[in-house]
Amino acid sequence: MSAANDSYDPKQVAALAPETLQAAVEQARKEFAAVGDLAALATVKPAHLGDKAPLMVARREIGALPPNGKADAGKRVNEAQKAVREAFEERRVQLVADRDERVLREESVDVTLPWNRVPRGAQHPLTTLSDRIADVFVGMGWEIAEGPEVETEWFNFDALNFKKDHPARTMQDTFYVAPADSGLVLRTHTSPVQIRSLLERDLPVYVVCPGRTFRTDELDATHTPVFHQVEGLAVDKGLTMANLKGTLDAFAKAMFGDSSKIRLRPSYFPFTEPSAEPDVWFPEKKGGAGWVEWGGCGMVNPNVLRACGIDPDVYSGFAFGMGIERTLQFRNGIPDMRDMVEGDVRFTAPFGTEA
Amino acid sequence: MRVPVSWLTEHLETDENYSAEQIAEAFVRVGLEVEEVTPLGPVTGPVVVGRVAEIEELTEFKKPIRYCMVEVAEADDHDDVIEGEPRVRGIVCGATNFAEGDLVVVALPGAVLPGGFSIAARKTYGRVSNGMICSARELGLGDEHSGILVLPSGEAGAGDDAVELLGLDESVIELSITPDRGYAFSIRGLARELACAFDIDYRDPAAIDAPGAEGDAFSVTVEHETDCPRFVARRVTGVDPTAPTPFWIRRRLMLAGVRSISLAVDVTNYVMLEMGQPMHAFDTPSIKGGLVVRRAKPGEKLTTLDDTVRELDPDDIVIADETGPVSLAGVMGGASTEVNADSTDILLEAAVWDPASIARTVRRHKLPSEASKRFERHVDANIPPMALERAARLLRDFADGSIKPGRTDEGGVTALPTVTMQLGLPDRVAGTNYERGATVRRLQQIGCTTEVFTGDDGKSYVVAQPPTWRHDLAEPADLVEEVLRLEGYDTIPTVLPAARPGTGTTASQRRRRSVGRALAEAGYVEVLPFPFVAPSVWDSLGLAPEDSRRRTVSIVNPLEAERSELATTLLPGLLDALVRNVSRGMRDIALFHIGQVTLPKAQQVPVPEVGVAGRPSDAEVASLHAALPQQPVHTAVVLTGNRERAGWWGPGVRASWSDAVRAAEIVAEAAGVELTVKAGELAPWHPGRCAQLLVGDLAVGYAGELHPKVIDKLGLPARTCAMELKLDGLPLVERRPAPSPSPYPPVLLDVALVVDATVPVAEVADTLRGGGGDLLEELNLFDVFTGEQVGEGKRSLAYSLRFRAPDRTLTVEEATAARDTAVAAAASRFGAALRA
Repeated sequence: MSAANDSYDPKQVAALAPETLQAAVEQARKEFAAVGDLAALATVKPAHLGDKAPLMVARREIGALPPNGKADAGKRVNEAQKAVREAFEERRVQLVADRDERVLREESVDVTLPWNRVPRGAQHPLTTLSDRIADVFVGMGWEIAEGPEVETEWFNFDALNFKKDHPARTMQDTFYVAPADSGLVLRTHTSPVQIRSLLERDLPVYVVCPGRTFRTDELDATHTPVFHQVEGLAVDKGLTMANLKGTLDAFAKAMFGDSSKIRLRPSYFPFTEPSAEPDVWFPEKKGGAGWVEWGGCGMVNPNVLRACGIDPDVYSGFAFGMGIERTLQFRNGIPDMRDMVEGDVRFTAPFGTEA
Repeated sequence: MRVPVSWLTEHLETDENYSAEQIAEAFVRVGLEVEEVTPLGPVTGPVVVGRVAEIEELTEFKKPIRYCMVEVAEADDHDDVIEGEPRVRGIVCGATNFAEGDLVVVALPGAVLPGGFSIAARKTYGRVSNGMICSARELGLGDEHSGILVLPSGEAGAGDDAVELLGLDESVIELSITPDRGYAFSIRGLARELACAFDIDYRDPAAIDAPGAEGDAFSVTVEHETDCPRFVARRVTGVDPTAPTPFWIRRRLMLAGVRSISLAVDVTNYVMLEMGQPMHAFDTPSIKGGLVVRRAKPGEKLTTLDDTVRELDPDDIVIADETGPVSLAGVMGGASTEVNADSTDILLEAAVWDPASIARTVRRHKLPSEASKRFERHVDANIPPMALERAARLLRDFADGSIKPGRTDEGGVTALPTVTMQLGLPDRVAGTNYERGATVRRLQQIGCTTEVFTGDDGKSYVVAQPPTWRHDLAEPADLVEEVLRLEGYDTIPTVLPAARPGTGTTASQRRRRSVGRALAEAGYVEVLPFPFVAPSVWDSLGLAPEDSRRRTVSIVNPLEAERSELATTLLPGLLDALVRNVSRGMRDIALFHIGQVTLPKAQQVPVPEVGVAGRPSDAEVASLHAALPQQPVHTAVVLTGNRERAGWWGPGVRASWSDAVRAAEIVAEAAGVELTVKAGELAPWHPGRCAQLLVGDLAVGYAGELHPKVIDKLGLPARTCAMELKLDGLPLVERRPAPSPSPYPPVLLDVALVVDATVPVAEVADTLRGGGGDLLEELNLFDVFTGEQVGEGKRSLAYSLRFRAPDRTLTVEEATAARDTAVAAAASRFGAALRA
């Protein structure tokens, strides 16, 4: 190292010459760029950023410079060192990224391997559809009512205006509870819940009653002795058959899409007068859009209202009922009703929790 | 009810030629359900009337075969050869119900019968058959297949076009008649409905002038007028018992699906179909003394027309003579007074019976008939004389009978009660405004007489007098329906009503949905088995004789005789479904069911008599409820095979008792309640692998592996597991408690305890939890170890414990102290030792 010397020109000191500094920077950049991984980068690092690196050596020469030259030389060395550090950091970041990327590549797997260790189960589509129907009506402000499956004849027939010894009683093939005169039956429809609702609730009443029902039909492709119905009942002041039509129309659209609609054919049920059978326009009907028979409906028979202590001159109401099996059958194109009954998991599992 | 279209249109006042489809559509529009429209035929090619000239019986075959020479054209008008074909054809026939000289229908080669059945000359039974002699069924005229169709002589000549003669160019409409419309069980009623639907006039087939009679036709006493409001009889003598039924009557009966029997019987059936009034024909000389209409006496018997001896009930209405009952009134006649092959003196009876009584008799004797079907649904009390007149005249005209001047007519017609209705009611019910006068016009159209008046309230009313055939018109609502259906349901507008705001689904409805979803997401598939079980299943399940689940409600008329009981548990149905899946080759099966079970009450409460005239009293409602068995909702699962599948990742995990217990926990978690699990013992579970499930102190169910004997008896896969829980027994949680999670760091400590292997883990955990106090946030059993190191009859339970304070950073010292307290609690209760 030389002693301080006033006349000494730093540019004349070889180690501090701008070209030398620039060359050192270039050399560092070149070597950093040349290394392929972090380990190699670490190996070349001391040569450019270590104690013996050319720029460190150059920095030590600054002390020997005259005061007026020190600042200038120091600034140049700093800039050069900063450039080398930046080059190093840039390369390091790049190599870290490269390494991370490689590590991830190396732990790649075959994502097509199956992993169905515990297969998902499913709700029965009849349950799902029944819940869905309930939701449609809850959305309109209606409530869900329920009742027992073993029912008194009073609720199942008498209060619904099925007169004793009237042929209407034999319209629904009934399972009778033993002994024969027990006065109990397996409910043949969900309509007894209408009566229960009218006895238990305050007016006005807007309820739907989904549930399991029973008739002595042999099991075949289109019949089952145990099936599900959803019943609707509205009793309020001033309800009309136009309201019945409007409700069924909204129901049909909710179930089968906006292009669906309802038409009514006159029919007979003891508990409604006038009575009708609704047909629903089903756009996806097999073989082309068309009308499908969809249950029964009508204006609540005044005798039914009377049996529940409601004045038919003040209140009126409408009711409707649909088979859920039948609805599912045409909605989802299920040719054989037995598939819904037998409990084969291959039928039910694909439905998951939707229908 | 099957009706040929031509029979209907005969009574319509119109020049319009309505097609069968138009008619069917009109029926549907006014509320008559059309089951089927069946066009007759098609028949093409030569089908002619033939006269059987000669019959040769071929005896060399196993069954009787005839080779017949049949004239297919009249000899007077034709040569023996017509256009290269013989006038008399040889035809082979397998039927024997015809004789030489009979007129038959012959399908000649080239003809095509219904169903695309082509006729050609062919060799059969050693002869060439040059055509076919047809049965009514082969011609599409009906189901009668007892032999070939023989036409009455004199009705046609050989060679006549049979297609025209038989009226094969029409359709038959089959209708399903609802119980309220008895009048529609007749051409008369149906034609009137059509006239209403088309808005045209109609000719009433009952508009027959029944002449005044001289005296009674026969002595008849009616004991109770309520049983038999009207009894009319007419006598026809000198009837030729051999007179055949004219073909036009037979044809219509055939098309209506009624078998032709004899002229007298056919005539009563024909008039019944036409007018809706069932009739009975007695062989007059067989009646001993006068007739009495009365209730049967205890012990009386009657042999009915179907040759069945019936024990009569004192509630049955009978027609009796001196010897006892001769007819089960309104249901079926008796054999002793039946019209027979020699009857020349016939007593025709047309009556009106009490519908409810007829319905009871039909049910009691399981004997529905064409007559009872009509009586049960009310007949028109006004027309028995007209119906009898029509029948008597047919017997006179076609069997040379002479109608005796007398007519018995007991009882009579009572006008039905009038119905008064606000004139605007139909509009109000429909939610529309009908054309002025529509209501009155429609009521008149169906046969009501009407009167309109203004009430004291200033409103207009209509008083309708229903016609004698419309017993169903008893209330304003009934009149409303008539107006609405005839004006057309399609004219009713569509208006959505505004329901009042609802409260959404109830807590128990939401719980049921959550439970179903949770089980589905956990891998269980829902099934909906029938509730019917055989009593033998309780033995298969190994239930003790006194087990309450054997006490069932049973069905009087089950579909399968042995499955007569309603299940008290969901397991039999689920296990059936499991077996079915196994039999279809499935191995890994997990099923669930949420449904009602039926539990009889200890003491059966009789159903009270409750009227329907008004709201039942609270006490009556309560006793109706009390008469029902309990029907709580249960949830159950069954599972077999692998719970986790085997795969490339390694072996599968078998479904085990623990999965069944876990299923119960899933249900409890979905329901928001905490389940306590204890060792339990209950059939059908494995006594050592059965968990009792409790919520607090309340026992709510069982879970575990099934007993090997049960598995064996029911043919289940080994180690099948099951769980059943009283879902309705779980307390409802309307609102779940909200936790306040501490933001402070936890202290994690592990502890291994050596306890007797007989100590249930759940109790150890409970004790640790109690001992750990509020600072113990979570406790997890991560290892169970048995082996020499811990000693015989012992096991080591390794827990990880997480401690945390709600309000500060917990120190290790505090946590350790809490752990020590927990361990001390376990030590003092179970003698648990810390494992080194």
